[in-house]
Amino acid sequence: MSLQYVGLSEINGPLVVLDDVDGASYDEVVDIRLSDGSARIGRVVEVSGKKAVLQVFEGTNGLSLKNTKTRFLGKPMEMPLSPEVLGRVFNGAGRPIDGLGEIFAEKTADINGKPLNPVSRSYPRNYIHTGISSIDALMTLIRGQKLPIFSGSGLSHNKLAVQIVRQAKIAEDNGQEFAVVFAAMGVKNDVADYFRRSFEESGVLQKVVMFLNLSNDPIIERILTPRCALTVAEYLAFEKNMHILVILTDMTSYAEAVREFSSSKGEIPGRKGFPGYLYSDLASLYERAGVIKGSDGSVTQIPILTMPNDDITHPVPDLTGYITEGQIVLDRGLDQTGIYPPISVLPSLSRLMKDGIGEGYTRSDHSDVANQLFACYAKVMDARALASVIGEDELSELDKAYMDFGKKFEKYFISQRPDENRSIDETLDLGWNLLSLLPKSALDRVNEKLLDEKYNPHAAELFA
Amino acid sequence: MNTIFSINGPVVKVRDTKDFSMLEMVYVGTKRLIGEVIGITSEETTIQVYESTTGLKPGEPVEGSGMPMSATLGPGILSNIFDGIERPLKQLEEISGAFIAEGASVSALDTVKKYDVTVIALVGERLNGGDIYAVCPETPVIEHRCMLHPNLSGEVVWTAENGKYTINDKIVQIKNDKGEIIDLTLCQKWPIKQSRPFKERLPISKPLITGQRVIDTILPIAKGGTAAVPGGFGTGKTMTQHQLAKWCDADIIVYIGCGERGNEMTQVLEEFSQLVDPRTGKALTDRTVLIANTSNMPVAAREASIYTGITLAEYYRDMGYHIAIMADSTSRWAEALREISGRLEEMPAEEGFPAYLPSRISQFYERAGYVETLNGSEGSVTIIGAVSPQGSDFSEPVTQNTKRFVRCFWALDKSLAYARHYPAINWNDSYSEYMDDLANYYDENVSIDFLKYRQQISNILLEENKLMEIVKLIGSDVLPEDQKLVIEIARVVRVGFLQQNAYHKDDTYVPLEKQFKMMGIILTLYDQCKTIVAEGVPVSTIVATGIFEKVIKMKYDIPNDKPELFRMLTVEIEQQIKKLRTEV
Repeated sequence: MSLQYVGLSEINGPLVVLDDVDGASYDEVVDIRLSDGSARIGRVVEVSGKKAVLQVFEGTNGLSLKNTKTRFLGKPMEMPLSPEVLGRVFNGAGRPIDGLGEIFAEKTADINGKPLNPVSRSYPRNYIHTGISSIDALMTLIRGQKLPIFSGSGLSHNKLAVQIVRQAKIAEDNGQEFAVVFAAMGVKNDVADYFRRSFEESGVLQKVVMFLNLSNDPIIERILTPRCALTVAEYLAFEKNMHILVILTDMTSYAEAVREFSSSKGEIPGRKGFPGYLYSDLASLYERAGVIKGSDGSVTQIPILTMPNDDITHPVPDLTGYITEGQIVLDRGLDQTGIYPPISVLPSLSRLMKDGIGEGYTRSDHSDVANQLFACYAKVMDARALASVIGEDELSELDKAYMDFGKKFEKYFISQRPDENRSIDETLDLGWNLLSLLPKSALDRVNEKLLDEKYNPHAAELFA
Repeated sequence: MNTIFSINGPVVKVRDTKDFSMLEMVYVGTKRLIGEVIGITSEETTIQVYESTTGLKPGEPVEGSGMPMSATLGPGILSNIFDGIERPLKQLEEISGAFIAEGASVSALDTVKKYDVTVIALVGERLNGGDIYAVCPETPVIEHRCMLHPNLSGEVVWTAENGKYTINDKIVQIKNDKGEIIDLTLCQKWPIKQSRPFKERLPISKPLITGQRVIDTILPIAKGGTAAVPGGFGTGKTMTQHQLAKWCDADIIVYIGCGERGNEMTQVLEEFSQLVDPRTGKALTDRTVLIANTSNMPVAAREASIYTGITLAEYYRDMGYHIAIMADSTSRWAEALREISGRLEEMPAEEGFPAYLPSRISQFYERAGYVETLNGSEGSVTIIGAVSPQGSDFSEPVTQNTKRFVRCFWALDKSLAYARHYPAINWNDSYSEYMDDLANYYDENVSIDFLKYRQQISNILLEENKLMEIVKLIGSDVLPEDQKLVIEIARVVRVGFLQQNAYHKDDTYVPLEKQFKMMGIILTLYDQCKTIVAEGVPVSTIVATGIFEKVIKMKYDIPNDKPELFRMLTVEIEQQIKKLRTEV
């Protein structure tokens, strides 16, 4: 297919229209050459008779109706794949930008992927140890899970993501390789740099594939970034049997790119101007996490998103929460009191945790202590609400005990140093000791036998 | 030959043709993707395609099938997992591997497997639509009854011997009124968007027993009824649906995973094959059919998945079974409607949803019911639909419109879920309109006191709700003693009764008998305490005896098969109260 079409018939935002095209297929890639010799890539987003609507990834700056030659490549957008991608840096559209040359591809794959047959999935059960107490104990990350971090501007989500990458280890080590695919979408240069430096310092850079679409890069390219990253992740996981942790940041910028593209196509907007298909679109990314029967590898996703105005009901966190298997919510209030990581325990959740903890995975008492901590911390919130009205002194003895528990729970359990890697035993014992600050009768989620064994008021006295 | 003119996402248009009819199934392109005609004008025919349209070109052929989108109905449906247009996912895996490819053509049901068929129809007998002409065991627990297609009737002219047959073998021949001979096999086709006919609707009178206390006792659902489970993410919609699918006393479960997570479907597959149905002693999969259109599968098939599911359910209903459908989640289905509507450039109504959203929702829920079937047996379809409101806001269009067409509303509550109170059904916001219809059943089958107890339990919760307004402002210490007691008893009701542990072997399913006894114990405790509080015993003294905790733990301490232990607990309460009385 070497037929080239000279000129365009319409340009509108990132979209261009070509008339009198023969045989353009839906979703295929086009190569656009400008008269100055530079090349751009686009994709067919609508065909109607002989008219084709193209989306240009690098933007339409400098395009005129005359100065282009367009070639249809006859295939959807593909990503070259090879084990050499490890340690490489790509731009948002999957082209190497680290000066080390093109990838010598072993194969290529459609970046849109294909839906994974539910029958072929195997249910994720093995936990990933992160060394962060609140995550390991209360919202355990499971291999093959998608667990987003809901954050806000200025909160320490990047620091947390780096700590997870550095400390993440798989419970049973059978010599399988672990690697990270990092996709930055619309993040600031400093942030991308922070990740790169952190990966370098912790010596994992050779195990990281980076895709960078910075905030000043073309928006339409941003729509490709996570797809390229996940295609690489699937390849490494399911064909090279590696355990892949995918970090996607920032999903809010991604969704805004989808919105911008949608509105330039003149589509009917849904909530807050986002297109009606945002759910399906996000799902086509998040659902690419998982474990497949017959393959030893796995794809685990930690998407990071900043909630505009810290609003969890904003469409992006809202739709994300409906697709992902839980969420880790960061809280500005905790952050302001100097607690790192500022994980807000109550709205956070890991849906897959119940089948990946307990006997044989973590420890037999894990779910009991986790449930009890959740229940007690919920009571702390009630007590605090009451105290803000009637004053702490007027509270009942039990409520005062809850107030004390809440403070110490935040100080000793949630809070930890960015380089502190707690073992699961340390974390769970810490949980029991903190629970022992409360009267035994308040611990109603645990059976008595276990309670007798673990209730330890002496250890609780040590918390200052 | 008709060819594609334009492509926009899942919507494909064909120009200048009069060959297609509305809702006809068509094959699109050289890959023969499956599609459905959704709009016809004199200039162009609009088709929605149930598979990914990547790579499709204008000029590729479009071929009609001459019939509407239909489900194949016959033995082999149960224990199977299908995609939204009834393609078996296991066979798709064999064809295209772990990732689903487009254009895979597979038969809906196993055409090789032989079933042990017993022919019931006799030569010379007249059969009408819905009459059973043959039966075969489909799974160890369900007998499949092959019924004459509702639109056919005639006289039996030939029958096969009893024996082993595949679904496409000829079993019976009938001669219709025009004198034509029609071959009957074990399977038939039915258009998914059309409800199957029945003789008449019967009044609703039996509960669907789920073993979940908050549902069976406080907010019951009837066989043939409809319920909605709305809740934001993380409130336990899916968990509630799983619990109901596992434990409810329907004969057959149709579980529709509509636009939800792939791992969840895998979980259902794995868990249900290991779990044993308490009534039959066989695997739960033997009575379950799964329909999976996960959120990354094509959006048009998501719309179809709901109709496919209900058509399968109606087919088994017509055999005289009781079916429960779990649709998780109907919001994704509504969003699929919105997405297709947007691509068709229809005028949007509320929040971009098409104006026909309410009528589509009502058409779906109205396919539930308790009926007398064409062959005179009784069957029912119960629909339990999860709703995922955007931003947890119950005023959004899907929740509001669903509320209009269901009679049972189990509102899931974020704050309960945060406190890990499951099932997180908020007893103040939820309602069930079925209590009156079911009153007779409870009177006759559980106890004449059941409804009285239920009312008293509800009253305690209502009173607590009122008192909490005050407590939130000034704390519980200032309340008079009798109101403090209400707060304490309400806690017993909430933690000891409404909250239920799905992972505890006894608590995951609780028979009605035990639910009734538990209410009895709580009310006894309340009555006894009320007397001594009136006599001046402070509530804090009663709390200190640990009797409330003892009652809260009864759900774990008293196994389901030992109701006699309730007697002992009553005695213990009475002794404890007596002791307090003498002390004061």
